[in-house]
Amino acid sequence: MSIDTDRHSSDLATELAPDLRGLERRGQLPSWATPAALGAAAVVVGGLLAITGFSVGLFVVGTVVVFAVGLYVLSRVVEGRRKATDRLVTIVVTSAFLVALVPLFSVVITVVGYGITRFDAQFFTNSMRGIVGEGGGAYHAIMGTLIITLLAAVMSIPVGTLTAIYLVEYGKGRLARAITFFVDVMTGIPSIVAGLFAVALFTLLLGPGARLGFAGAVALSVLMIPVVVRSTEEMLKIVPNELREAAFALGVPKWRTILKVVIPTSIAGIASGVTIAIARVIGETAPLLVTVGITTGLNLNPFDGRMSTLPVFAYYSYTQPGVPPEPSLDRAWTAALVLIILVMLLNLVARLIARLFAPKTR
Amino acid sequence: MTTDTSPGSAPDTDAPSAVPDKPVVQRGDRIFSGSATAAGVLILVVLAGVAAFLIVEAVPALVAPAEDIPGGHGLVAYIAPLVFGTLVAALIALVVATPLAVAVALFITHYAPRRIAQGLGYLVDLLAAVPSIVYGLWGILVLAPASVGLATWLNEYLWFIPLFAGPVSSTGRTMLVAGLVLAVMILPIITAVSREVFLQTPKLHEEAALALGATRWEMIRMSVIPFGRSGVISGAMLGLGRALGETMAVTIVLSVSGGITFNLIGNGNPATIAANIALEFPEATGLENNTLVASGLVLFLVTLAVNSLARYIVNRRREFSGAN
Repeated sequence: MSIDTDRHSSDLATELAPDLRGLERRGQLPSWATPAALGAAAVVVGGLLAITGFSVGLFVVGTVVVFAVGLYVLSRVVEGRRKATDRLVTIVVTSAFLVALVPLFSVVITVVGYGITRFDAQFFTNSMRGIVGEGGGAYHAIMGTLIITLLAAVMSIPVGTLTAIYLVEYGKGRLARAITFFVDVMTGIPSIVAGLFAVALFTLLLGPGARLGFAGAVALSVLMIPVVVRSTEEMLKIVPNELREAAFALGVPKWRTILKVVIPTSIAGIASGVTIAIARVIGETAPLLVTVGITTGLNLNPFDGRMSTLPVFAYYSYTQPGVPPEPSLDRAWTAALVLIILVMLLNLVARLIARLFAPKTR
Repeated sequence: MTTDTSPGSAPDTDAPSAVPDKPVVQRGDRIFSGSATAAGVLILVVLAGVAAFLIVEAVPALVAPAEDIPGGHGLVAYIAPLVFGTLVAALIALVVATPLAVAVALFITHYAPRRIAQGLGYLVDLLAAVPSIVYGLWGILVLAPASVGLATWLNEYLWFIPLFAGPVSSTGRTMLVAGLVLAVMILPIITAVSREVFLQTPKLHEEAALALGATRWEMIRMSVIPFGRSGVISGAMLGLGRALGETMAVTIVLSVSGGITFNLIGNGNPATIAANIALEFPEATGLENNTLVASGLVLFLVTLAVNSLARYIVNRRREFSGAN
C-alpha cells in the first residue's frame, strides 16, 4: 500500500521544514485504527438495526457512513484537518468503486439465477415453430445471431483494417484528419440510428416493409467498423519504426513491408481488437429489431425474409410472453444468459489472444 | 524510402538521375495504397449515407400536414415530449455516473494496490460488455422493485421538489430507474476516459506535491484533477452521447404514457426517442415510418453534435498536453 510512502514523505517534510504552517508535529493514528473503526461502525449499526428491523442494504450503507464520519472525527482530533480529509476521501473513493461493482455482480447473479432453468439441450436444438407455452428453444435465434454477426464481421474487418492501415501508413493531411475525426464520431452513433439507416437503405432498394438478415448485418457493420479501425490503428502505431526502416533499407516495397513485417508483428493485437468489436455488436438489439424482425422458425438465408436473433428473441419473449407467461419469461432469461456467456467468452478470448501472442518487438 | 542516394538501395531504378524526392512507386504499392485510401473514403461515404438516407426517408413526414402525423398535432408536437424524455433520462444518468466514474478512475489509478489495479480496470470494463437487453431485463426485475422504497421515501420527505411530487409508481418503472440503468451503462465509458487522462498526469507534478508534504488527496486535487479536468468533461460527454442513444434498456424499463412531466417517480413518463422507435417501428406503416425516421434524424443530429464536441475537446487537449 502506498499509504506508507505518503506518511513517509510528509514526515520527511516535517523534519526538513518544522516551521511550515499546517505541518506541525501531530499525533498519528495507529495502523489498526482503520479496521478497528470499520468493525466498531458495523457493530454499532448492526446493533441499531437489530432494534429497528434488519436490512442488508441499510446495514452496508449505514456502516460505511458511520465509519467515514467516525474516522474523520477521530483523525481530525488526533492528526489534524488535512489528514482527516485525506482519510475521508480515501473512504469515499474506495466505496465508490465498490458501488460501481454492485450492478455488475447483481446482473450476473440475476441472469444466471433465472437463466439456468431452461439452460438445457432442448433450448439449443429446438426452434419456436408451433410452440405454445412449455418447451421450444432458441436454435433459430442462435443461428440467426451467428449468421448476421458473421456477415457483419466479413464486411467490417477488411474495411476497418484497411482504413487503419491507411491512417497509420499512408494518411497525411486533411483527408486523414477528417477520417480520424469521423471514425471517432461514428463510434457514438446510436445503435437504433444505425438500424434506421439500414432500413431506409433497403426500403429504397427493395420497397417498404423489407426485413432481411443482410440489412441487420449492414446496420451492425456501421457500428462495428469504427471499433475495428480504432483498435487496429492503436496496434499498428506501436509497431516500432525501426522494423519498417530495416525493411525499406533492404529494398522491400512499402506494400510488402506492411504485409510481411508490420501486420505479422501486430496481428495478435488486431485479432484481439476485432474480437472485442464482435463482442460489442453481437449483443445489439435495437438495430436488429427494426431491420430483421423476428420469426418462430429457422431461416438460414440472410438475403430473404425475417430472421430470429438472440437479443430480439429475448426482448419479444419478455415483452409478449403470451399465456401462460412463465415458459416464455424463462426462455427470455436463458437467451440473456447465452448472450452474456457469448460476450464474456469473446472478451476472454480477446484478452487471451492479446496476452499469448503479444507483439514481439524485440 | 529515405536512402535513395546510397548506391544500390533501389536496384529497380535504371536512370542514375532519379529524383531523390520522388520515390519509386510499384504497381503493388499503388493497388495497396489505393485500396487503403478507398476504405477510408468509404467510411466517410457511409457516414454521409446515414445522414442522407435518414433525410430522404424523413422528408415525407416533414412535409405532411399536421393532422396526418401520429397524434394529430404535427411533427413538433410529436417529437417534443420524446426529446424531453431523452434529455431527462440522459441527464439523470450523467449526474449519477460522472462523480462515481471520477471516483472509480481515481481509485484505480491512485488508490488501488498497483498489482491488481489493471485487473480492477478490466472488471469495470466488463460493465460495458453486458448487452443492453440484459440491462433492461435486470432493470425491470431487480432495480425497479428495489427503487420503490427509495421513491416512496423521496416522495414522503422531498415532496415539495417537483421531481419527487408523486404519485409514486408501484411498479418502479419510472424515469428515475431508467436514468439509473443508463448511469450504470455509461459508467465504464466515463471511467475509461478519466482513467486514461489521470494516468497521463506528469509523475513529476505528483512527486513534487508529495515532496512538499501534501497528503494524497491534496496531491490529487493540486496536480491530477486540474490536469485531467478536460478529459473528464469529454468523457462525460461521450457518456452523454451513449445515454441519449441507448435504446433497449429504456424501452423495457420505462412505463410510457403521457407527455412532458417533471415527476421522476410516477407511472406516466414521456418515452425517449430511441425507445419510442423501438416500441413503434415493428408495427408502423406508411407515414408513421417516416415520422419515426424523422425523430431518429433528430437523435442522430443531437448525438452527432455532442460527440463532435467531446472529440474536439479530447483532440485539442491531446495537442497541448505534451504527454506523448
